[in-house]
Amino acid sequence: MENAQKSIRTDEMIKKIPVRLLKNKLYKGLFFFAAVFTFVLLVVLLARIFSQGAAHLSWDFLQNFASRRPEQAGIKAAVIGTLWMMAVVVPVSLLLGVGTAIYLEEYAKQNRITRLIQMNISNLAGVPSVVFGLLGLTIFVRVLFLGNSVLAAGLTMSLLILPVIIVASQEAVRAVPKELREASYGLGATKWQTILRVVLPSALAGILTGSILAFSRAIGETAPLVVIGIPAFVAFLPKSVFDPFTALPMQIYNWTSRPQEEFHFLAAAGIIVLLVILILMNSVAVWIRNRYEKKY
Amino acid sequence: MALVAFKKQPDKTSKQPSVERRSVYTTKDCNLWYGNHHALKNINLDMKEREVTAIIGPSGCGKSTYIKTLNRMVDLVPNVKTSGVIEYRGRNIFNKEFHVEELRTRVGMVFQKPNPFPKSIFENIAFGLRIHGIKNKKIIHETVEKSLRQAAIWDEVKDRIHEPAYGLSGGQQQRLCIARCLALEPDVLLMDEPTSALDPVSTLKVEELIRDLKEKYSIIIVTHNMQQASRISDKTAFFLNGEVVEYDDTYTIFNNPADNRTEDYITGRFG
Repeated sequence: MENAQKSIRTDEMIKKIPVRLLKNKLYKGLFFFAAVFTFVLLVVLLARIFSQGAAHLSWDFLQNFASRRPEQAGIKAAVIGTLWMMAVVVPVSLLLGVGTAIYLEEYAKQNRITRLIQMNISNLAGVPSVVFGLLGLTIFVRVLFLGNSVLAAGLTMSLLILPVIIVASQEAVRAVPKELREASYGLGATKWQTILRVVLPSALAGILTGSILAFSRAIGETAPLVVIGIPAFVAFLPKSVFDPFTALPMQIYNWTSRPQEEFHFLAAAGIIVLLVILILMNSVAVWIRNRYEKKY
Repeated sequence: MALVAFKKQPDKTSKQPSVERRSVYTTKDCNLWYGNHHALKNINLDMKEREVTAIIGPSGCGKSTYIKTLNRMVDLVPNVKTSGVIEYRGRNIFNKEFHVEELRTRVGMVFQKPNPFPKSIFENIAFGLRIHGIKNKKIIHETVEKSLRQAAIWDEVKDRIHEPAYGLSGGQQQRLCIARCLALEPDVLLMDEPTSALDPVSTLKVEELIRDLKEKYSIIIVTHNMQQASRISDKTAFFLNGEVVEYDDTYTIFNNPADNRTEDYITGRFG
């Protein structure tokens, strides 16, 4: 009797619940499978690399230069070379990237030109790294006569990761509440004082997290180095940014392309060194994020 | 007519004729547009020193816009156009030679939502001094204590002055923001609905503070709370649709308004 007056029927809705619960479980299973699949792939990859390379990891491997004889070959020039390159990449890309982000967020008028620049920067982040290699070859190697030096490679890599740093920094700067800016301006602070004392400290965690992830990419990239002609066989260390050098991915790439199997194991050992460096950098990024986000 | 309860202040009549107060803000034919939206229309107001001037009116009437114009905070909004003159102590604030930094140093602002910096309590107050180039540690320490005392929050925070300001309650944060303004020893305090985000007890404390500060500072306060305006202000301006409908002694506005719209608003018939 009462049911007849209702436009919806509760007992029918209740009957449908098991079907809905089944769907609920189904999707959970689907997502679980996706996660397991990714994880297994990663484990297989790591297992392969470690089974091949772990035996070749030794103090000598880290201490020796490249050699034609696999048992004497080491990765010293590549590790030191990568550090030299990053000594160029970190300051150049941070200054240009954060500077651009601050200009776009704090100073630029929101008009069509700004939006066009903004769109271009976002698109640049998706441009293949080979293209940045060609750009570096044209400008730094050919026009500025920097050759296959640390500086040429460092500047090319800076260009490559610049869009990522700009976008990450912009997001971090944009996330600073407008109330904080108002508080600063309200006390008579200039724009620069507000940026330096209020915006940047609040945005720092986001800027550094994004930047360190971008730096990891610069360490791992191979294609631009190949294009600008960075040698793989180097038996000396650079003494200045104008000296030729080699980098970890170049060394690994060179070893994998050799016919002797011994060198493939060396490549695996090199990959382990590279992975350790990347994991260390990402841990720093996580640490910075946790440390600075707790403050607010 | 049924008007809201209004306690007549005992010293009201005796105080009025005694001192000739000078103007802090004189607004002459001020207009403001956000793009095509005409937000302030021909505002004419004369605000006196060491008085509390309340600005009341329904949402969207332009009261917040107006108070943000007084320290040119509206400049931060893109596509803002103004016309007319606002004189602060006889100087047109729209004049290019009058730097906004100077105006905002002389005129402090307290915002709707407490907005302390993500720094310690001490650094929040010291911020204003530091940006103005004061480095002397003794002066900074003295000023921090003095400002916190003036804002009636010293006793609550003196033992944790180097702890984050975000650990304070909302009401304490707002009084901290008031102290932050006082550190620069301003001439005027602009308050944009300073108690709208606070609970009744905190609101009462801020109102008491405003009454104390009136002795030294000129205070202009925007409020959507009419009882608050009647409790703390000397003069009240009623804004509606970007215009000043009525501006008079608070007592007159609440007991004998000249305009029907003022009466309708304060009796709660709209808004």
